[in-house]
Amino acid sequence: MNKKKEKEREKICLTVNGESHELEVGTHAYQVAPWQTLAQTLRETLGLTGTKAGCDHGACGSCTILMDGKAILSCMTLTVECDGKSITTIEGLGQPQAGNLDPLQQAFINNTAFQCGFCTPGMIMASRALLDEKPSPDESEVKEALSGHFCRCISHYHVVRAVLEAAKKGS
Amino acid sequence: MATTYRFIGKSTPRKDALEIVTGRAEFIDDVKRPGMLYGKVLRSPYPHANIVDIDTTNAEALPGVKAVLTYENVPAWKGGLPRHVRVLDRKVRFVGDAVALVAAETEERADEALGLIKVEYEKLSAVYDVEQAMEPDAPQLYEEFPGNLIPLDVKVFGPKSLSGVHLGDVEKGFAEADYIGEGTYGYENLANPLPLEPPGVIAEWEGPGKLTVWSATQSASWHRFIMLSKMGFPDIRAISTHCGGSFGSKNYSAQPLFYAAALAKATGKAVKVMYTKEEHFGAFAWRLGSRFRGKVGIKKDGTVTAVSGEWFVDTGAFSDMAQAQIAVGCGEAQLMLRCPNWDLKTKLVCTNHNAAGVVRGFGGQELESAFHPVISIALEQAGLDPVEFFKKNYVKPGDGYYWREGNWWVSRGRDYSKAMMAGAKAFHWKEKWKGWLKPSAVKGPKRIGVGVGVHGNADVGEDETEAYVRLNPDATAAVHVLVSESGMGQRSSLCKMVAEVLQLPLERVAMTPPDSLINPFDFGLVGSRGTYAVGSAVIAAAEDATRKLFDLAAPMLDASPEELETRDGKVFVKARPETGIPWNRITGIMRTCTGFGRFEPDYSVPNFLVLFVEVEVDTETGQVVLLNVVAATDVGQIIDPLSLEGQIYGSLGAAGTDTALFEECIMDRKHGHMLNINMIDYKWRTFSELPHFHNVIFETPLPTHRYKAIGVGEIATSPGPSAVLMAASNAVGERLCEYPLTPEKILRALGKLKGSKTK
Repeated sequence: MNKKKEKEREKICLTVNGESHELEVGTHAYQVAPWQTLAQTLRETLGLTGTKAGCDHGACGSCTILMDGKAILSCMTLTVECDGKSITTIEGLGQPQAGNLDPLQQAFINNTAFQCGFCTPGMIMASRALLDEKPSPDESEVKEALSGHFCRCISHYHVVRAVLEAAKKGS
Repeated sequence: MATTYRFIGKSTPRKDALEIVTGRAEFIDDVKRPGMLYGKVLRSPYPHANIVDIDTTNAEALPGVKAVLTYENVPAWKGGLPRHVRVLDRKVRFVGDAVALVAAETEERADEALGLIKVEYEKLSAVYDVEQAMEPDAPQLYEEFPGNLIPLDVKVFGPKSLSGVHLGDVEKGFAEADYIGEGTYGYENLANPLPLEPPGVIAEWEGPGKLTVWSATQSASWHRFIMLSKMGFPDIRAISTHCGGSFGSKNYSAQPLFYAAALAKATGKAVKVMYTKEEHFGAFAWRLGSRFRGKVGIKKDGTVTAVSGEWFVDTGAFSDMAQAQIAVGCGEAQLMLRCPNWDLKTKLVCTNHNAAGVVRGFGGQELESAFHPVISIALEQAGLDPVEFFKKNYVKPGDGYYWREGNWWVSRGRDYSKAMMAGAKAFHWKEKWKGWLKPSAVKGPKRIGVGVGVHGNADVGEDETEAYVRLNPDATAAVHVLVSESGMGQRSSLCKMVAEVLQLPLERVAMTPPDSLINPFDFGLVGSRGTYAVGSAVIAAAEDATRKLFDLAAPMLDASPEELETRDGKVFVKARPETGIPWNRITGIMRTCTGFGRFEPDYSVPNFLVLFVEVEVDTETGQVVLLNVVAATDVGQIIDPLSLEGQIYGSLGAAGTDTALFEECIMDRKHGHMLNINMIDYKWRTFSELPHFHNVIFETPLPTHRYKAIGVGEIATSPGPSAVLMAASNAVGERLCEYPLTPEKILRALGKLKGSKTK
């Protein structure tokens, strides 16, 4: 009985952008190592490289994704702890192939709310979580929600405009 | 007023916007090559040491490890200027200097192997201060550079390259002065430009002398044309991905490229070297250290009569570009101060910390941030308003200056007084300026102060660019130019210029990927040269292509080529708008029209930016808060309003204005370790701390190219640091001269902490 349970535990199931993934836990190249971060699993195992690793120690916000609707830092989260979770990454927002973008993505385009664009996926995911929880935030709430996000180019002013524009359109 | 255009000056979505907001934009760490290995670097725990013994046996025996390299078996490539930096050396010169390289099948395995390399060091004493390093008994970093002095005479920009400013008669100049400001000040925070994306390179040898390099670069050509001579002239194909920020630092990544290429050569595989954030902080490019000792003489009316002094430039462990930064810095000082008498000498010194690299501001910011406090002393004595002083003394059309290559240039640019005064008005300078060391307002323990800084460069027209523009029969155009995207939006802006020439919808103009194999030469996006230098080349190429198309079309339209114009993929006789025939009828489907454009350097049009800052100093806590910023400039013609705005907002980041407030690396001077090289302890500005920021942008046509524009992006960071010092000094009524203005320094200056006052 115990052995069977242990065997079951060797697999974890993640729903990423609506698709279910069963991943084996282990130390081989094709497995999820117990020390692997969710950022690594998304980027390396699932090929979802839209999630960025800027600092890899939870200080820059660029690896932000949604887990069960909440914005979390995927570089500070171990994949083995995410069994049964539902995850949304930047690739799961809108349907760009069908020409449908998330209103936030469109607002970021309209306002050129990026320069180099490396922080943008994390910023958009955090903004999505904010708008899901609070559809009409004021400027200070937007700034507060993004205060853990590092942007060295200083796209901040345009980002605040974009998030407020998306909120206005959504409400 | 500026002409109205169809695309130029209009807000249009960045051409890569969709890729960026959907996460599809490819950055270097998103790229994998078949069979690719991962390279890691073993780094020195000591600031200065000889390697006595190094044993790699256990590391080599670890399964999955494909190569371990030490100074004994790396290629004999050399970096540095002059060439003196080996890929790996028997000596280490800073904490974090490279000791050994490992390539393995996974990053984890490579990391594990690093831990199995045994190194025995002979520790040497180290030196961290630029002037102490020149003392006779100082530890010596290189046998070939006695006194730790790196040669300035390396002819980086040709035989007359600037390494100082010598002009007129300073003795006479000082005799004519009513006031003389004098002192020694430093701008040596060890600040890091710190783009979000760490540096990374993938190297793959296609043959013994044929190397392909993928990387995130600001200037896509540098991994080819700058690295060729350092690596024994292999044929390098340089490919750039999207670059996650650079601010100068990722123009090229010489060390990561050396490591990846050496490991790739040893293994016969593609090797990726991605720096961790700690390596990015501690072993990549930081801003040059700068100390100025000297004086400036002025007359009562603010006329500058003489400048003399010594500029000590600290490059850290080695120099790869510092002589070029010194040359540009010496040029930029002359733009800021019109003065007939100069005697500015420089010394380039190596010390035992991480090597400096290219950083936005490129020498000028470093020199001016250390030199400004000296100017302030003279202005304080004279009781002169700094805005009036800078207005009087910023280079005017007809004024001359020596530029980086040592030639005398006469400005064909603008008198920027109009922009400066408009900025002052928007900032309410006259209401806020109460005189030197006087606050604008006092609110209980909080005091408000204002300051101002100016900066400009004449590099907007630097170096060469070549471009092709190809017109396709289906009414699309391809721009072949070696330009990568690191945040300026320049790939988009160049497409706008071509679309404007061709009168073709912007979505029908595309640019080739930044790959040196498929594009002609471009020097890169440095010195704000994208708008004028690169712009001129693509405009010329588009015009050349159009001429070829008109030559073909003329007989079909019964007109001469000069009578023709093109719009939306059709060619018309100007006088007969009903005559339009589509491009494919002119060319057939099996012909394209390709035009060529080339830009030659022109250093005669300096740009300009003034930054006004208002700070609030809490005299109880010592905290300095940046409340308001007004930037004013004249760009001739805006190409893309939002991209331009973004460049100017960028003045806060990238080791810019915030180096006066809180940005610094703190070094343990006993052991040579950096204590805060992570993104929690190295302070950066968050969304919650944004100052109110207003831009005043004029568009007075400039004598550059068809669209009369120049760039200003690079210079946005430069006026900020000294402006903040001035503002905080005025707020507290004490002269503050030490960067950054941490609470401790403020409280010390106010006599609220024990210990000496700030310098």
